[in-house]
Amino acid sequence: MLKAFLNKSKQRTFAAYSEHLSLPALLAGFFCLALLSTTTHSEEYLSEQDFLAQHFETTPTAKALWITGDLKPLTAGVLQHAPAKLRQRYWQDGDRTAWVMEEIGKEKPITVGIVVNNGSLAEVKVLAFRESRGWEVKYPFFTQQFEAAQLNGEKNPTQLNKNIDNITGATLSVRAVTKLARLALLYHQHITQP
Amino acid sequence: MKARLLSVAALAAASTTAIAGAGEQAPTNAELYEIIQAQQSQIEDLQGNSSSSSSRTSISGYGELHYNNIKDARDQIDFHRFILFVNHEFTDRIRLYSELEIEHAFITTEDDPDIDSGAVELEQAFIEFDINDSLQAKGGLFLVPVGILNETHEPPTFYGVERNPVEGAIIPTTWWEAGAALNGHNESGFSWDVAIHSGLGIPGADGAAGTGPGAAAGGSFNIRGGRLRVSNATANDPAGTVRLRYTGVKGLDLATTVQYQTNITQEGGAAAEAPATLFQTHAIYQAGATKLTAFYATWDIDNADFENAGADEQTGYYLEASHKLNDKVGVFARHSEWDNAAGDNTESATDQQIVGVNYWPHENVVLKADIFTQETKATGAEREGFNLGIGYQF
Repeated sequence: MLKAFLNKSKQRTFAAYSEHLSLPALLAGFFCLALLSTTTHSEEYLSEQDFLAQHFETTPTAKALWITGDLKPLTAGVLQHAPAKLRQRYWQDGDRTAWVMEEIGKEKPITVGIVVNNGSLAEVKVLAFRESRGWEVKYPFFTQQFEAAQLNGEKNPTQLNKNIDNITGATLSVRAVTKLARLALLYHQHITQP
Repeated sequence: MKARLLSVAALAAASTTAIAGAGEQAPTNAELYEIIQAQQSQIEDLQGNSSSSSSRTSISGYGELHYNNIKDARDQIDFHRFILFVNHEFTDRIRLYSELEIEHAFITTEDDPDIDSGAVELEQAFIEFDINDSLQAKGGLFLVPVGILNETHEPPTFYGVERNPVEGAIIPTTWWEAGAALNGHNESGFSWDVAIHSGLGIPGADGAAGTGPGAAAGGSFNIRGGRLRVSNATANDPAGTVRLRYTGVKGLDLATTVQYQTNITQEGGAAAEAPATLFQTHAIYQAGATKLTAFYATWDIDNADFENAGADEQTGYYLEASHKLNDKVGVFARHSEWDNAAGDNTESATDQQIVGVNYWPHENVVLKADIFTQETKATGAEREGFNLGIGYQF
């Protein structure tokens, strides 16, 4: 079909295209489609409030964890750069904690909601994705890899105890989500086992 | 900016008021804590305010320096690529992507045997529109959606100092064209691309009269010589590309691209007409620290002159295995074979065996080393040597 379309559209000059179903015609169609981009579109898939409501019968009051002392170099070690925040909000109900965190993939922050249950990842959910590439990380076929992951113990205290597979072309997004999962486990450990 | 200044002024006033409210005495620790929290909240609000023009423009890039030590050839050191991406978000749904590259560090017209002149290349400059969460359109100059390296080639993301030769000789990476494209994906892990764009321009029936860089290369029929680079390029005959990709299974990446060129010579006259089809497919499977890659690409070109030269079929494949020993070190081995004149019975393929190591001192910085042997069967010519490289992305 592509071959037939292109052969039909093939002409000697771009000027001649306007007389036929051809590249300029396709460009016109493309710009019509582009106009659709002015219709309502949200890069946020799930609000923080809804995410918390999915995981707590009654959403606990938010607390703040200060990224100071030992936590600061540990956080920088995971992120591979200095932390942008001095404190991290979280919600806690016994051994269950929830975190809404952001990290830049290629250029834009990816917002991720993470629930930790007794030291294990119970949920990793992309709440907002703003990058042009790396869309794979927002779907369950990627985030399901994190289920039940824990920190690796004393030998690699900030690493996960399971491998998270990379996706070609989405390396930076995969890396960003993985870092946030590690941080959530690290912070959970910090507040539940001070 | 004005809003930010007002916010900062308000913050300062609030802080002063809070301290004054504590009377002449110094604030207590609890009061100081409240003040710090209020200030931190304001800082985070300011950081989250991305409406200014400057925060909507971003700069990133990558680069790589290579040292090539090839037997019976001059050793070379080359800052092969220095790239800046300058991107801008006009709105949350409309953005500019651009990629400007300097190749080989220096550009000269002098005929100096010790220097290979470089080039300035605009490899991407397109406007992208988000139509919805899973559908995007773009128009402008963009990388053709084919192969593994053509769209993702930052040095820390692949093994080997130099890019693999098959994608360079057959695809031909890095390959950009101008036109329009749509791409979509769904939550099962399927994605697709459809693009209509400018075509290649390989000199056909009369190579010397060709319009593309291939003409300067003596009328070579090689695909790589047909890149017109959207530089006052002949645009008589467009091309179309369709790609399907599946990444819905943990560790698996499958992709197939089919491209049709209405006339790969861009030249008129029945003798020069050369419709062509590219078929490319690859599979990548990662299991833990081990990754296996299989890649195949082939051209079928319908033209008598190409057939007489055996260049109506141009084919290549490679198989690569890699293993990460830890977060910082990975090793690989790859076998490649390609033939730009596979359409006749003459043995004209070239094969290459290469092994090497990547070391990442930081996730965005890589040091590379490899050693290779290569043989062109038609001439018996052999090349062997080693390469060293350093690369980065940010």
